[in-house]
Parts: sequence; C-alpha cells; structure tokens
Amino acid sequence: MTDLIPTLPPAPDVDASLADVGPSRSLAGDAWKRFRRNKLAMFGLVLVVFLALVSLIGPLLVQDPLHQGPIPKEPPTNQHWFGTDRLGRDMLSRIVYGIRLSLFIGIVVTLIETIIGILVGAVAGWRRGWVDSLLMRIVDILLGIPYLVLALAMVTVIGRGVTAVVLTLAATAWLQTARNVRAGFLQARETEYVEAAKAVGVSSRRIMFRHILPNVFQPVVVLAAVGVGTAILAEAALSFLGVGVKAPAPSLGLMISESESSFASAPHLLIFPGVAIALTVLGFLLVGDGLRDALDVKDA
Amino acid sequence: MGSFLLRRTLQLLLVLWGGATLLFIIFNALPTNPAERFASGNGNRNPDPQVVENLEKKFGIDKPVPEQYVDYMTGLLHGDFGNSYVNSEPVSDIIKEKLPPSLRLAFWAIVVESAVGISAGALSARKRNSVGDWVTTLTAVILSAIPVFVLAYLIKQVTGVYAYQHDWPSWASFPTIGYGPDEYFLGIIPINGTWKYMVQPVFVLASVGTAILARITRTSMLETMRLDHVRTARAKGLTEKRVMKRHVRRNAMIPVVTVIGIDFGTLVGAAILTETVFNLPGLGSTIVAGAKAFDAPVVMGLTIVVTLVYGLASMAVDISYAYFDPRVKLGDD
Repeated sequence: MTDLIPTLPPAPDVDASLADVGPSRSLAGDAWKRFRRNKLAMFGLVLVVFLALVSLIGPLLVQDPLHQGPIPKEPPTNQHWFGTDRLGRDMLSRIVYGIRLSLFIGIVVTLIETIIGILVGAVAGWRRGWVDSLLMRIVDILLGIPYLVLALAMVTVIGRGVTAVVLTLAATAWLQTARNVRAGFLQARETEYVEAAKAVGVSSRRIMFRHILPNVFQPVVVLAAVGVGTAILAEAALSFLGVGVKAPAPSLGLMISESESSFASAPHLLIFPGVAIALTVLGFLLVGDGLRDALDVKDA
Repeated sequence: MGSFLLRRTLQLLLVLWGGATLLFIIFNALPTNPAERFASGNGNRNPDPQVVENLEKKFGIDKPVPEQYVDYMTGLLHGDFGNSYVNSEPVSDIIKEKLPPSLRLAFWAIVVESAVGISAGALSARKRNSVGDWVTTLTAVILSAIPVFVLAYLIKQVTGVYAYQHDWPSWASFPTIGYGPDEYFLGIIPINGTWKYMVQPVFVLASVGTAILARITRTSMLETMRLDHVRTARAKGLTEKRVMKRHVRRNAMIPVVTVIGIDFGTLVGAAILTETVFNLPGLGSTIVAGAKAFDAPVVMGLTIVVTLVYGLASMAVDISYAYFDPRVKLGDD
C-alpha cells in the first residue's frame, strides 16, 4: 500500500537536523536536549514518572485494597478520598494498585514483544531469502487482522488471568517492531562497517546484535514507549469486556465495567478509574511522540 | 487498473487463507480440549467420558488435525464456517445476521468522522493559532486519550440514563439498548425513529477517528499550503477559495485517506467496545460473547469475516489514491 504513495522529498540531512542543538556530544545527549524542549513530551514524562512513583510508593501509603468497609458506594470523604466501591473497598487504594497492575502488564508485554520483534526482524533482515519472505508474510497476515479482534481470538484459546493477558498481548503486539527492525537490518547489511566486521571475521551473531542492532534501535525505542500505552489500553479493554484479568484483581478496566449499574448514585466509580487509564495512556503516548521527534525517527 | 485489482485481490486471498490457517494453528496449538471443557462445565465437575466422546464427534474434533484443517478450508470455500459449539447454530447464519448492523454502524461513523474531522482540521489549518484551532487541537488530544469504553459509558449514563431519570427534553435523551424498530431506507438510512438509537453509538465510534483525522488534516494542509505550486496559484491571482479547492485540498487529502484506511482496524476495535456498551447486535459483541464462551468456531469465523472487510477497506483506499492524485498510476510496479 505504501508503494502507491508518491515518493516524498528526501529526508533532511541528519547533520542539519542535529545542528539545532549545538555541538554534538552523543546521540542520547542530543535527543534529550531536543526532548526537553518539547513541552508536551515533558508533560508526558512527568506524568509517567509520577505514575511510576504512585505504583512503587503508593501501596505503602494506602489501605488494603481488598478490605471491605461498612459503607458501599460512598462518595469521596476525608477517610476515603476517592470514595468506596460497591463492596465498600477504598477506591483510592484500588486505583493505586490498579495503576501498578496496568504499568506492570504494559511493561512486561512491551519487554516480551520487543524481544520477539527484534529477533524476528533481525533474522528476517539478516538472512533474507525465503526466511525473510516467510516471516514477513506471517507479519502481513497478522497485521491484516484488527488488533483487538486478534487479541480476542487469542484469549479464546489461552484463557483468563494476568498471565494469559500478558501472553495474548505480547503475541499480538510484536509485528510493528519486527517490521522496523527488519527494514533497519536490510539497510545496515549493505553498509561499510558491516562489511568491515565481516572481513575481519566477526561472527554473524555478533555482527547482528553488537554492530547492527544499536544502529537500528531508535524506532524500537519509540515503538516501545507507545507500545506500553497501547498494551495498557488493550488490557483495560479486555478486562472491561470480561475476558481479561479476573476479579478481585484491581484492574482499571474491570472497575469501569463494574461501575455500570451505579453511575447515577456513584459516578466516582466510573470517573476515577477512567481518568487513571486516560492519564496513564496519555503519558506514554506523549513520551513516545516526543521520542519520535527527538530521535528523528520517521516511520515508527 | 485491471492488473492492479487482480494483484490486490490475489494478495487479499493470500491474507485470508494465511489468516485462517494461522488461526486454525493457534486454536489447535494448545492441548485444551473444548469437548472436555464443555462437558465439565468449565472444569466445575468431572466430565463423563461418554459425553466428551459425543461432543467431540459433534464438534468434528474426533478426527486427526490435518483432516480437520482440510475439512475447515473446504468448508470456507463453500461459505461454511462450521457450527457454534454453544448452540450448534451455523456460523454462516450468525454472520448473515450480525454483519449488516456492524457495517451500518461503521459506515455512519466513517461519514461523521470524515465530515467533522476533515472540516475541523481544514478550519484549524486555515485559521492557524485562532481560538477555533486551539479548541480543535485540545479536543483532539483529549478525545484520543479517553478510552472508547469510558467515553461510551459516560455518554450512555448521561444522555441515556440520567436524561430519562430527570425528564430531559426528548432531543437530549436517547435510548441505549439495541436498534429499536431497526428499519432502514435502502438498507442504510435509519427511519421510523431508528436513528435515535444510532446517535450515541455513532457519536462514540466516530469520536476516536474524528480526533485523529482533524490532526492529520491540519498537518497535511499546512504542509501543502507551503508548496511552490500553491504560491504560484496565489501569485497568478486565483481567489483564496479556488486555491484551497483546486490546489490544496485534493493534495492534502492523500495522507488523510491513508489514515482513514489504516484506522479501520482501530474502528473495528472501537466498534467491539461500543457494541458491548450499548448492547447492540453486531460482529463485535458476538465475537466477545464467543470469546467468553470459548466458542472457537464463532470467534474464528467472525475474525475471518472482519479480516475480509478490513482488507476490502484498504483496497478501496488504494484505489482512491488515483482519484486524489492523478500522478498515481494503479497497476505500475
């Protein structure tokens, strides 16, 4: 499909785009300088750091999320800042634990997904030939199935629970990473430094992972940042649909589906978890966008 | 054009065959036996071996896997998607029943998001940094951060439930379950009050795409307006309206159309959530019900149909490039 889009003007010279940050120190240093200038991206980063702190320190400060208090569906009070849910459990601690679960799932899924994507992409781009054709056809086919539909098909087989959700999402999310890594490898394989490494007898595996990979890593970083957000959203959606994490696990998606019957009397049961998911996803999307600009990645 | 269509059709068939095969592999890769699962009531009791055997026969999973694969694929060629594990209904009947409402919903969502998203984005680009531009950009960011199902619940609870409890005027309250009379003119235009049932779901479904389209249209128009041929058009004295219509808009539409095509996948995902929230019959809600009940044939069959629709949509996008950009010649490699 992309072959039908008329060719765009050539990308600006890399040196030119780096010139805006003054004397060059390192790629990471330059990227950070540019990232810092981007207000939206910095807002996203602050959000992500804040949520990470909430999920690390929060559990020490809040009440037991499973303790069932005497008053169900209580609106926010001094004792329960976010109110209580239908079983009288403190919503603040449920949400703190919910954010922790979301971040955990998002990060683990992204780790697994990135590793699969790098391995598949590296092998396809390095070996080329029929291995490449086979792997990339599989990627094309899986990309032809809408993400959530594929995830639903996978949970039908794998089942419910945190592990099942992580496996499902990781198994459906590696496609874009594999594509980008492969494209990078196809290009890198023709460059002088790879030829030089081959000439002095470096092993294939070492060339792939020590020489080429660091050079094609930028789109992977961007995809990973966005991927955490996507995975968190997907987990919430699956749990919301009743095929994800099982109660009483504090999943934000589950909390939203439980809030259904009592919106009129207790709107806080929908609003707080909804805002928590929105902020978490927004944080990672903004960081991803910022990284894309800072690292000057075009097609991730 | 002809060779392009042929090539794309073959490509789509390959994706469908591959998708069906991969799904078949996934569904057979794990050592779970659906017959045992159903016979034991999801593991709640010890299954009677005789019941398991009968169920295996009924589901057609008593045969060796390669034979099952050949049977399934031959069936697909004849439009036979197998039968539901839960109520033995042919999956092809389920598809015939559930596909039209989903397509209708998607159609209206795309109409609304294209109309609103593109005009808001165009307005934003022409009056850069105006209040309208800020409102559009801000709304777009907020809408893309709120998960579909949260938005759907909010809308449903406010204009669907709260409105009735507090006697809001009838123009601000909408029914939230199903499609009501479910009557359509020419199969697509809702009549006899059916439209009232579609307002909320279409609004929710369109909101995601509207936000994305507004942003893309804005960026794309701004980029196009900087191009040389636009400056030439202005220099030779064309009216602003004509410059926009003939020289900017069509050029700027190419990335927009691409996004509509790519986002069809997002739309399908959003439709699953929307249909579930508003209790609408459709492919999305049926896939969820199937996944909940571990009803493999239903989930597989509907996934294949969704993939087909998705494939056709991206084909339509490719064809439309030729309309928006005469430089694109379909069929050239």
